[in-house]
Amino acid sequence: MWNASPARSNKMADERQQLIRKKANLERRALIYELTRAFFRREGFLEVETPVRMPELAPEQYIKPFASEGWFLSTSPELHMKRLMAAGYEKLFQFSRCFRKGERGQYHNPEFTLLEWYRTSADYLQMLDDTEKLVVELAELGLGSRIKYQGQQINLKTPWQRITAREAFSKSAGWDPVSQPDHQRFDTDLVDKVVPSFRGQPTLLLEYPAAMASLARLKPGNPEVAERGEVFIGGLEIANAFSELRDAREQSKRFKEEINLIQKEQGRKAEMPARFIQALPNLPECGGIALGVDRLVMLLCDAPSIDDVLAFPSDSI
Amino acid sequence: MEIEDVRKGTKFLINAVPYRIEDAEFVKPGKGQALYKLKLRNLFDNSVVNRTYRSGDKVDDVRTDTYKGQYLYKEGDQYVIMDSATFEQHYVNQEALGDKRFFIKEGDPVTVTMFGDRPLEIEIPTFVELKVIKSALTARTSTITAQYKPAELETGASVDVPAFINEGDTIKVDTRTGTYVERVTGKK
Repeated sequence: MWNASPARSNKMADERQQLIRKKANLERRALIYELTRAFFRREGFLEVETPVRMPELAPEQYIKPFASEGWFLSTSPELHMKRLMAAGYEKLFQFSRCFRKGERGQYHNPEFTLLEWYRTSADYLQMLDDTEKLVVELAELGLGSRIKYQGQQINLKTPWQRITAREAFSKSAGWDPVSQPDHQRFDTDLVDKVVPSFRGQPTLLLEYPAAMASLARLKPGNPEVAERGEVFIGGLEIANAFSELRDAREQSKRFKEEINLIQKEQGRKAEMPARFIQALPNLPECGGIALGVDRLVMLLCDAPSIDDVLAFPSDSI
Repeated sequence: MEIEDVRKGTKFLINAVPYRIEDAEFVKPGKGQALYKLKLRNLFDNSVVNRTYRSGDKVDDVRTDTYKGQYLYKEGDQYVIMDSATFEQHYVNQEALGDKRFFIKEGDPVTVTMFGDRPLEIEIPTFVELKVIKSALTARTSTITAQYKPAELETGASVDVPAFINEGDTIKVDTRTGTYVERVTGKK
């Protein structure tokens, strides 16, 4: 047996201290899960669990998966949730552990939790309405509708501010991302100019440029923009909603473009998710949304870092 | 070097000028690119700039040499350091030393990082022993509340010390944090 070096025993003592300090946040986290489950059950949703390890993923240029024995760890439960919807399920939700390589920072941990839910006969605006209702309900049970996040006063009273990408970028960054698509500039200006302009106002950023539609359908009557919306509260990106694209040909075409970009820019091989594409024609009209649970817990715990709401963030495992 | 590999403290070149990362923030819109927002210190003039890098960006490595030397004396705002192997003397401005200058004494060993013929960073010993030249007397009645009091050290540093430390005592200081470690008077 070797003796623990002083450095090591200090580290263990530090870990113990840190875990004790996180207890209030972890308790609130557990309560948020409990209340969220109650919310969805009351709304008639079925809780499901889909695989965490899978042979095919939605190819996305900026989302890098971890490989696992020739398969992948899930980057999102979206494809399986939609395969269930395509089989006739009407309202589904899931707390899902997801993994994305290289994502580590104050708001990112490579292993994190998404809350996804889907509704038939709904579009992305209804999914965003659900989010408003859920967040307000969670906050009111513990904190009231005026909360404080990192020194910012946030009024959660609904309806939250709704603004299109075109309006928001024209106002805060001085250009229109719809008529002049530029993904790189979009991302930097979103982070540096647009999101800071929302201040303490919870905001729904609507109608993303068509080139950034991802798995959302284009707006009927205005194909320049996609029915995709994001939720921002207190500077945190909380959720991303789609009116789900049901056109298998269009979806394959978009995936093919992503696959080519991934190959060209990163030399990484990505494949078409064939089973998902096969199921897509059966998908009913529906909306879907993915909400970052860790971020929501950060917001409701007034926690500055994702590390404060995870018992064991990636560098302490 | 890939931008993905940089950390707080990493040094790299921008237009042949060395910078050190003081603070790094990782931001990434959910379906967007990873952005690295860096707060960078110019190691020539000590100014601070903010820059945003994208995943996939590359930065130029800084090639540096280090030598062990000795701090000899101060001349105006410059600190004179001697390379212990070559006996060459270098002038270092106080910016390169930062707050460490408050804990360095003539004759102390140092490690100097050189960029070409310019000294960039100076490391001083982690623990130094310094004499307390000024500290208020503690009233006998103070018990729990006033366990620490400010003290001025021979190098000009101000450090909080326990009530039992008197003027003329020598104490050990941790130069990384600028905090009191223990009293060394009488131990020698």
